Amino acid sequence: MSWQVHLPALILTIPLLGAFVSIALTKPRLRNLWFTFILAVTTVLAFLLWRRVGIYGTLIYVMGGQSWNFTLPSGMSLPIRIIMEVDAFGAFMVLTGSISALASGLFSIRFLDRVHDGNKFVSLFLLLLTAMLGLEVTGDLFNFFVFLEIASVASYGLIAFWRDTPEAIEASFKYTVLSTFVALLFLIGVGILYGVYGTLNMAALAKNIQVGFLEKVALVLFITSMAMKCGAVPLHMWEPDAYGQAPAGIPCFLVVVGQASLYGMFRIAFSIYGQAFHGSILAWIVVVFGLLSMFIGVVMAVIQKEAKRLMAYHCISQTGYMLMGIGLGLLALSSPQAMSEFGFTAMKGGIFHIINNAMYKGLLFLTAGSLFYATGTTDLNKLGGLSRNMPYTTIMFAVAAAAIAGLPPFNGFVSKLLIYESSFVVHPFLAVVAMVTSILTLASFVKVFQSGFLGPSRENMTNVREVPLSMIIGMSVLCLMILTLSLMPNWVLSNLIEPAARDLVNQASYIQAVMGSGLQ
Amino acid sequence: MIDNLPMIVVGALFVIGLYGIMFKRNIIKIAIAVSVVESSTNLFLIVLGYRTGGSIPVYTLAGEFKKMVLPTPQALTLTAIVIGLATTALLLSLIMLLYKHYKTLDVYEIRRLRG
Repeated sequence: MSWQVHLPALILTIPLLGAFVSIALTKPRLRNLWFTFILAVTTVLAFLLWRRVGIYGTLIYVMGGQSWNFTLPSGMSLPIRIIMEVDAFGAFMVLTGSISALASGLFSIRFLDRVHDGNKFVSLFLLLLTAMLGLEVTGDLFNFFVFLEIASVASYGLIAFWRDTPEAIEASFKYTVLSTFVALLFLIGVGILYGVYGTLNMAALAKNIQVGFLEKVALVLFITSMAMKCGAVPLHMWEPDAYGQAPAGIPCFLVVVGQASLYGMFRIAFSIYGQAFHGSILAWIVVVFGLLSMFIGVVMAVIQKEAKRLMAYHCISQTGYMLMGIGLGLLALSSPQAMSEFGFTAMKGGIFHIINNAMYKGLLFLTAGSLFYATGTTDLNKLGGLSRNMPYTTIMFAVAAAAIAGLPPFNGFVSKLLIYESSFVVHPFLAVVAMVTSILTLASFVKVFQSGFLGPSRENMTNVREVPLSMIIGMSVLCLMILTLSLMPNWVLSNLIEPAARDLVNQASYIQAVMGSGLQ
Repeated sequence: MIDNLPMIVVGALFVIGLYGIMFKRNIIKIAIAVSVVESSTNLFLIVLGYRTGGSIPVYTLAGEFKKMVLPTPQALTLTAIVIGLATTALLLSLIMLLYKHYKTLDVYEIRRLRG
């Protein structure tokens, strides 16, 4: 038995170990080394996990036992053990998340020189990483809730990390109240399903579920809480505050943590409810969430004057694309014809957009962070003419902005085109909203580029210098990823995106992987 | 009717908590309201696992009883209580810092982030 069997567990335990060891490391050099080491190892493990899922199909890992169920002497078998289930979609999310976390972590290292309790920062960061990966590999609804709460608690701490600034505390407080409340809604949903089916195992639930009134109530609770956690309009108001106030490297990471909640929403909608849910109302709810987020997010972004806040609103609008893409897939779930006509393309677009957004949005947040590091402000009215002083940051920003606006050679164009094509088939209005959003995105990033980097240099900005090397390395990780995704979209689509989309649609294989054929 | 009484309590607690979160101006009261919602969730899980006349779900301690309450919801509740403790502590410490910065506990005055 190869050690790689334990990958789903290792990918959680390594960052967890890192989190608890790093709290004891007060020497900055040692702490930075340890931080980098853990991040690198996690990324390698994520890559191996993804490859293994690609070769062997869905991976099952049971904590502390060989099989997921516990058979009583009377012959009754109960699904009680802690189980992890990684299919291609989960592995894809794990890979995306850990690459983003690596970039964000490398970027943050130099920021830690400015604070005296950097070990706490590192500890929270790694805890958040554990929780995010946990959300994406777990096969159990209650563990999902636990990881959700770990992620929330770690991110409250990270958002309020500059605790001398009142705004950071305010943002964190808002997020804490909202997020605790919706997590409890999620728990009530879990309780309802447990009360009806007596199991928390996602695959076992999916096998037995018959959608009645209680299941619908639970579904509403799940969708509401996940939509809030991923920042979909109308539950988005915490997001610009939190992303705007978090320390510079963190929003890049919070983006992928938000996407982990998005993953949860899709996992519940596709793998647990899936075929059992008749009618298209759920799909339309997701699509409408997507439309609203897309449009309202971008409209709010255009009027912003502060770079990080502006990017946070764009993040909401990009989440809209993913919701719409995958919502259209959900719409087509019950009919194979619709699936081949538009559903699968939309899903590919939505899933491709997840990795694209993680990369270019992350890069944009990092460039905003380096603007802040170099100049001390991210207010667009105070910046100007920085392209001479900060050439690398400028190039990275240009690449990321072109990618997010969906200019043709870049990866954003590919995923958006897939979404346009498929949404046009359903209703032209959807495609129109998506395109208008894209144009407004371009407009607002042209504004940022012009007011931040171009134009004559300002007097107070003359002695601004380029950010340190480790920050540039952090940014280049994402920049390289964007270029790779842009230059070989076909390879990416067929090796990364399509298996993920196929596994997400295929509810039977998700159930089969855990339940086998003969059980119960 | 009488059997559903715990569920009614759960509903009432939830509504009270929701009202507190949405309409109270004092942030400490909001934190209390979050705790109330938490308690209603915990109570919900416990009630879910209760069987009338059931005993504790431990074989060695249950004695003569043949019927036991479900152990899983209790384990869930314990976890949820621990998580609730962490969030409540964090909320209260954030409130402390907010008070230090803004010198007020009124949500309408803690509003520097807008638009």
